[in-house]
Amino acid sequence: MHSYDYALLLAFFALVLLPAPWLGRFYYKVMEGQRTWLSPVLGPVERGCYCIAGVDTRQEQNWKQYALALLVFNLAGFLLLFAVLRLQAYLPLNPQHLPGQEWSLAFNTAVSFMTNTNWQSYSGEASLSYLSQMLGLTVQNFVSAATGLAVLVALCRGIARRSAGTLGNFWVDMTRATLYGLLPLCLVLALILVWQGVPQTFSDYVHAVTLQGADQVIPLGPAASQIAIKQLGTNGGGFFGVNSAHPFENPTAWSNLFEVVSIILIPVALVFTFGHYVKDMRQSRAIIAGMLALFLVGGATALWAEYQPNPALSNPQVEQSAPLEGKESRFGTTGSVLWTVTTTAASNGSVNAMHDSLNPLTGMVALVNMMVGEVIFGGVGAGLYGMLLNVLIAVFLAGLMIGRTPEYLGKKLQAREVQLLVATLLVMPVGVLILGALATALPGPAASISNPGAHGFSQLLYAYTSASANNGSAFAGLGANTTFHNLMTGLGMLIGRFGYILPVLALAGSLALKKTAPVGQASFPTHGPLFVTLLVVTILLVGGLTFLPALALGPIAEHLSLALQGVTP
Amino acid sequence: MNMPLRDVKTAPASTAQTSFSALWRPALVQAFVKLDPRQLKRAPVMLVVELTAIFTTLLCLLPDNQVPTGVALQIALWLWFTVLFANFAEALAEGRGKARADSLKAGSQGLSARRRTAAGSFEVVAATVLRKGDVVRVEAGEMIPGDGEVIEGIAAVNEAAITGESAPVIRESGGDRSAVTGSTRLVSDWLLVRISSNPGESTLDRMIALVEGAKRQKTPNEIALDILLIGLTLIFLIVVVTLQPFAHFAGGAIPTVFLVALLVTLIPTTIGGLLSAIGIAGMDRLVRLNVIARSGRAVEAAGDVHVLMLDKTGTITFGNRRCSAVFAAPGITAKELGEGALYASLADDTAEGKSIVEYLRQLHDFVEPVAGQFQPVAFSAETRLSGIDLGPRRYRKGAVDSVLAFVGMQRLDLPPALAREVDKIAQSGGTPLLVCVDKRLLGVIHLKDVVKPGIRERFAELRKLGIRTVMVTGDNPLTAAAIAAEAGVDDVLAEATPEKKLARIRQEQDEGRLVAMCGDGANDAPALAQADVGMAMNDGTQAAREAANMVDLDSDPTKLLDVVQVGKELLVTRGALTTFSIANDVAKYFAILPALFAAIYPQLGVLNLMQLASPQSAIVSAIVFNALIIVVLIPLALRGVRVKAASAAHLLRRNLLIYGLGGLLVPFAGIKLIDLLLNALQLV
Repeated sequence: MHSYDYALLLAFFALVLLPAPWLGRFYYKVMEGQRTWLSPVLGPVERGCYCIAGVDTRQEQNWKQYALALLVFNLAGFLLLFAVLRLQAYLPLNPQHLPGQEWSLAFNTAVSFMTNTNWQSYSGEASLSYLSQMLGLTVQNFVSAATGLAVLVALCRGIARRSAGTLGNFWVDMTRATLYGLLPLCLVLALILVWQGVPQTFSDYVHAVTLQGADQVIPLGPAASQIAIKQLGTNGGGFFGVNSAHPFENPTAWSNLFEVVSIILIPVALVFTFGHYVKDMRQSRAIIAGMLALFLVGGATALWAEYQPNPALSNPQVEQSAPLEGKESRFGTTGSVLWTVTTTAASNGSVNAMHDSLNPLTGMVALVNMMVGEVIFGGVGAGLYGMLLNVLIAVFLAGLMIGRTPEYLGKKLQAREVQLLVATLLVMPVGVLILGALATALPGPAASISNPGAHGFSQLLYAYTSASANNGSAFAGLGANTTFHNLMTGLGMLIGRFGYILPVLALAGSLALKKTAPVGQASFPTHGPLFVTLLVVTILLVGGLTFLPALALGPIAEHLSLALQGVTP
Repeated sequence: MNMPLRDVKTAPASTAQTSFSALWRPALVQAFVKLDPRQLKRAPVMLVVELTAIFTTLLCLLPDNQVPTGVALQIALWLWFTVLFANFAEALAEGRGKARADSLKAGSQGLSARRRTAAGSFEVVAATVLRKGDVVRVEAGEMIPGDGEVIEGIAAVNEAAITGESAPVIRESGGDRSAVTGSTRLVSDWLLVRISSNPGESTLDRMIALVEGAKRQKTPNEIALDILLIGLTLIFLIVVVTLQPFAHFAGGAIPTVFLVALLVTLIPTTIGGLLSAIGIAGMDRLVRLNVIARSGRAVEAAGDVHVLMLDKTGTITFGNRRCSAVFAAPGITAKELGEGALYASLADDTAEGKSIVEYLRQLHDFVEPVAGQFQPVAFSAETRLSGIDLGPRRYRKGAVDSVLAFVGMQRLDLPPALAREVDKIAQSGGTPLLVCVDKRLLGVIHLKDVVKPGIRERFAELRKLGIRTVMVTGDNPLTAAAIAAEAGVDDVLAEATPEKKLARIRQEQDEGRLVAMCGDGANDAPALAQADVGMAMNDGTQAAREAANMVDLDSDPTKLLDVVQVGKELLVTRGALTTFSIANDVAKYFAILPALFAAIYPQLGVLNLMQLASPQSAIVSAIVFNALIIVVLIPLALRGVRVKAASAAHLLRRNLLIYGLGGLLVPFAGIKLIDLLLNALQLV
């Protein structure tokens, strides 16, 4: 590693962690309808939205009403997007006259963007019109992130309120999250990206003749605006097929830094928002510490692994540095690994390197980041509510050991809560293992795998993990655009999204109703190094115990064959 | 353990055999009886193990060239052992309670009762047909046929069968001593009793139901834990079931027997198998304390309590004021005062009087006049003095104003030194008594509420556990504050009335706290019902006993502290074994995974950290460890994890270290050891 590699890492952590407390407070104020410096500008817009939609901001909803509103809104979004993708040939802003998507692909894409996954079984420049990208995908990029944020604040309120029946108003939360939470930041990032050379145009693709005299079509489009939200909203669905490895999506080292920071900027800030809700910033610091510990362990492992020479080529005649296959030389190894770890830790899924080409251990870090349920910062809102579920599980597992009914911030965890927690624990095993097993066992779907053996298994495992964790990044190597994989990964995404959201809202409703016991010396300490350790171990244990056998057959087996025998199995 | 759990009283049925030697045989039989799936479905994890045991046994019949039949048989056998060990633990816990309950039950067999008919005459019926509201007549020498309230009569009752206390107690209609318990014997007179419970609901029935596994209701935390264990079982089922297609994809196949072994070692069998034993043993500890809980829920709530409301009298203090000091008036020697005070108290049979005599006898050697030499003067409402006439001399003691009237002095005439002393005693919450002989003032006796020894330390320990104590007393705030300071309680509810008590409980509960209290009077009933943990005294009123969710048969209010302790131990034991059980899985993975994949990816042998001899021995070792650890932990499950008085953070650190880290490391050593043994014996 060179000095500029260290500078990149330093800049990354500084840009992510320094603004987080301030941004977190901003989100708290915004979501609770308090006045911020943006209010004079956006306040009238917000009130206008409520006026048009007929939303009464004082009308709060209980968890069932909240969940119903969320489901209806998401279903409507899905149907709209599905229609746009199918009918794009008949809609304007389609300079390349691209046809509509095939039904299973349209289903997969619509589900993918509605669930904040942005798994792409298609290539943007080859199959989507500008209208589909902007009116279809970008809209979902915004509202799916806002949905995550809304669910998170509902959970925060559930924990913070005492003996309350309601969790807030879904429509108000969505409006505020989009208007104040996402739009301003996206505007800034889009401008930065345009400055760095990302296109933002409605003009046709450019036809050029190369030096060799070959015809070349250079795709363009309104890319910057979509890339801004794809990064900030932890969506990850690229405008172009190769995502942020494409020079028009991520042209320079600077754009790379801003984009990678944007991936976890909001998820980190939201942890502080939680602290404001429960009026105890120690809780935020403990959770941040836990997330950071997991992030650093994963990151360090991945960096170390990626700088290892390939044992298969260990031969005195071959001079090797860190392998660069599948990486963009303008980002280098550190820039690619940092992105890989960040994009899988947060459920973003955009990529700036080919994950298929990573060393097996780096690939495993990416897999584990997703398998633990996207809780290492995770998606906008989704990461923290997932993390809070882990906090509750840790509290329940160890809480009995202090001789009291387990309590988190004064809220007792009883049968109902445990039931809901268990429901969320089942999401990843069902989505990854059961759907993955189906895909390996059936001869048709398994044929999509391009490599045999352990690496091929990793490809498939990665696809279903990415879908169920709502990450959306691809390992590549798996021909995912088949009816089976389109439907099954679509199913995985739905399970992975609503398998969390519905229990989380029910949990929020149940916690809100409870009395809050005073927190004192007798209560389970949920801050401090001991709890952080407990939390990290719980996450690794719950995730590890579930997925260790699968990982052993994939990346671990591959790594060991490489390391011990110098061959890929 | 720092918190002294009161010496366990001689169990009510001291004849009950509760030692291991007497219990293991029937428990062994029960372990097999409990294999019945209908019984086992109360412990879902163990039901899964039994199903896999059946499945594996069947698999033994199908030859598999990958697994020698001997190995398959061993796995099947150990799976059966796993279930049997868990059943044995439960049966053992049940056995201890049952032995106690059975001897109690024996006393109530075949009882008959004289029931009052509508016409007013009495008919003889079996005790078992008595219903709530029936009125029965009980005479000396007969057993009371059921729990009830005395509506007429007064009698001495021997409650030894229930409380273990052989001295008879008085029961009478009205007042706070009107409740009687079934299966206790009348030793004098007669009583008319209104039965207050239907068959199956009496104190005795409740006592039995608490310790009988099959009828026991699961407590809220146990239910929550059960859900988690079922969830984990489901997850591991998914893990194991999907492993076969994954292995097929990798070009191999895993023998089904090995997959079954993996499943059973991963699912939380340790806690799943011991969960019900822990619950039963916890209730049994309570029964041994002579406390009957209406439900396990109340016992768990006791562990969660934030506030203890304790009556001053009887709980914090001895209930009677005692002499703690004497002060002589100016010009009077200590000996003179002592003699005067002693003489004035000789004929006083009250506890206060006796305490004065006791106190002074320790100070000096007096020549005491024997009975007959003096004329006792009893306390009368008119003079409000007591004492003796010894010859011509008249020794008297009494309240300040009464004695002053006797000697013909005004309050202002009191010597300043004595007046100061009197004020000081009053301010400190005590009672000053003046002593005089004839017209001469001798001095003042300091009577005070004496705080029970050791209670201050117990409150300090409770405070460490985060439990606040509130002293409830009818005293004025000044007196109350003085005693509170001495006893080290956190808060005082002075001049308490039943309404104030109830309001205080509601207020604490509104702030999210759980409140425990004990009481005996009829006017305590609303507060007992409102409190999260209400403990009634057995010698209290029926109203209090019905409102409370616990009854202390010994009528000892300090028991509340022990109940809290039992509640906490119950929760800690469950938590500790859950953590231990889950932490165990890591080592089991490292034993089994390399063995499973040995044929597919030999390089995964690197994960065989324990260097187990062969795939077969690795799998058998893991399954043997999994079964034996249940046996090893039975004593802990029955005894319960001790709870030290310490902050939550301290408790957590300590228990995480022992049961979390321990659970991570122990199986590595255990499995390795078993592997060495299996190979030495050439069993695999």
